[in-house]
Amino acid sequence: MSALLSVDGLTKHFPVRGGLLNRAKAVVQAVDDVSFEVAVGETLGIVGESGCGKSTTARLLMHLVPLDRGTISFDGKSIGAREDLSHRDLHRQMQMVFQDSYASLNPRLPVSMSIAFGPLVHGTPKSAALARAIDLLQAVGLDPLLFANRYPHELSGGQRQRINVARALALEPRLVILDEAVSALDKSIEAQVLNLLIDLKERFDLTYIFISHDLNVVRFISDRVMVMYLGKVVELGPVGRIYRDPKHPYTKALLGAMPSMDTRRRTKEAPLSGDPPNPINPPSGCRFRTRCQFAEAVCAAAPPTLEMDGNGRAVACHMLVPGSGHSLA
Amino acid sequence: MRGVPPVVSVENLRVRFTTPDATVHAVNGVSFDLERGRVLGILGESGSGKSVTLRALIGLLPPRRSHVEGRITVAGHDITAMGEAELREVRGTSIAMIFQEPMTALDPVFTIGEQIAETIVRHEGISHSEAWRRAHELLEMVQIPSASRRLKNYPHEMSGGMRQRAMIALALSCRPSVLLADEPTTALDVTVQIQIIVLLRQLQQELGMAVVFVTHDVGVAVEVADHIAVMYAGRFVETGPADSVIRSPAHPYTGGLLASTVLGAAQGQRLEAIPGAPPDMTLLPFGCSFAPRCRFADARCGLDLPPEIALASDHMARCLRVAAGEIEVTPPKLDKLRLGDAA
Repeated sequence: MSALLSVDGLTKHFPVRGGLLNRAKAVVQAVDDVSFEVAVGETLGIVGESGCGKSTTARLLMHLVPLDRGTISFDGKSIGAREDLSHRDLHRQMQMVFQDSYASLNPRLPVSMSIAFGPLVHGTPKSAALARAIDLLQAVGLDPLLFANRYPHELSGGQRQRINVARALALEPRLVILDEAVSALDKSIEAQVLNLLIDLKERFDLTYIFISHDLNVVRFISDRVMVMYLGKVVELGPVGRIYRDPKHPYTKALLGAMPSMDTRRRTKEAPLSGDPPNPINPPSGCRFRTRCQFAEAVCAAAPPTLEMDGNGRAVACHMLVPGSGHSLA
Repeated sequence: MRGVPPVVSVENLRVRFTTPDATVHAVNGVSFDLERGRVLGILGESGSGKSVTLRALIGLLPPRRSHVEGRITVAGHDITAMGEAELREVRGTSIAMIFQEPMTALDPVFTIGEQIAETIVRHEGISHSEAWRRAHELLEMVQIPSASRRLKNYPHEMSGGMRQRAMIALALSCRPSVLLADEPTTALDVTVQIQIIVLLRQLQQELGMAVVFVTHDVGVAVEVADHIAVMYAGRFVETGPADSVIRSPAHPYTGGLLASTVLGAAQGQRLEAIPGAPPDMTLLPFGCSFAPRCRFADARCGLDLPPEIALASDHMARCLRVAAGEIEVTPPKLDKLRLGDAA
């Protein structure tokens, strides 16, 4: 397995401005020292609650927001560096689908033009770009004769999301970032779009980063999963093993909080109390310690490092590091 | 249970919305009874008419643009026959409602304590200080930490989960016998959602309320409901005890919905998705509304509206082919019903 994308020490802090002179009063530590790799052909799922930094991570990868620190390299070439991959080249290779299907399409363009827009900007002749749009409409399961000349408001949410997938594929990217791409859809439509994503991945040899708050969907579509909490990665590894045997207390709580589908085994007690804390001035040391039932002095003193074991699994918790000072270590 | 009069009784409820261009048939003949202390979960996708049904129960539909037919009785009150002034008396005391978005349900310019106390004074005519004391008890009941301080908070000073608890306290302030819940956990993170679900279930049992809980999430319905009604195109297509509906779904739509909830599906394999999209509610198909998307549908399904077929005690489905014993819906794999179970 070779890495298609590798990310090292990704960090983004947003200043919160206010007051008379509009000075920075505080900092939102949206993403803090996040490192991971995505192998060719795999699907990496990213899960976490609101404010955990999963969407900011996606935007940093696409360079939609400038990063503070860290390096991103695609297929061995670092992004932004002069001799390597320019942003323009990057967007040929890496595309994104957003949650809000309506906001990500131009309301004044027929959908076939929205799909052809990327190739046109990148220098494809108009007729070739439109022909590609027609092919892609077919590929995402929409009849070009019926849909090519429609406007976004004439489509349902599921159909619009198919258009967004087609638009993302128009430049023949190798990596597609799906940021809550099926979250706004009804269950029956969500299942159709998930099936489509699986088919397209095979057909076009794609690699996915799949971001969602829905743990069921992430388990279904991902090969590996990365769990984030307040801007930090807390656990990373193969999806089956993490869901079967979560190691980090937060991952355990997250999985335990999923509603049961079994009327005879309802959830008796919520695994965590309270809401996730504000990412402005997060807790010192381990950011999860304020909600963790096992927290001890060492958790406040030092942040745990993400320790990778031999089987491609990583956990950031003092309890799992012998000699860390935690009584359960 | 026979003999116990239901606290909510709905007979053949129909709701239409008229616009200059078209008429939307949002609810098309819904009937159910709910006893004290029971929870009915209405499960449906967007546009199925589940929220409209709920709003009709508390008389919240816009009077000039909506047309409501049928009979709704809540705690002995005939809701459909009531005027706005009478409804105002019933709301809060007999029937209360909680919403998905607490920020729009709470008044942003009053503190939580003021809003709860005002409601109690208005309905029960007790003194303000007495009402404030009750508000304090209510915040403790919904497990808001440091209740005295929180009473003086404005809604924007609270987190999402805390606001949802405050809204529940407000709804329960005059001890309603019926609580309506419109997707109250949908906007919350999973770890907060489960806290609210556990709290609601506990309060419902302590206070013996009847609850009608509307959701699009099968898991949430299973966690809260004794009885589940699956709604499609303005009708209940299957109703029954939660256990029977989930373990042995009879209607093809229920089966499809369970199959597309992903849980239990093998990783990376295609899901058994329901094809097509929900019908246009201005132009409902003749006969069974689900027939155009149903893989079992035949010619008869397009002709007649399927009647309610009793399957087992309390379990009903509206499907001609199920009635004729011609089809059987595959139940979900039981060993995989709970996430974290060995895959």
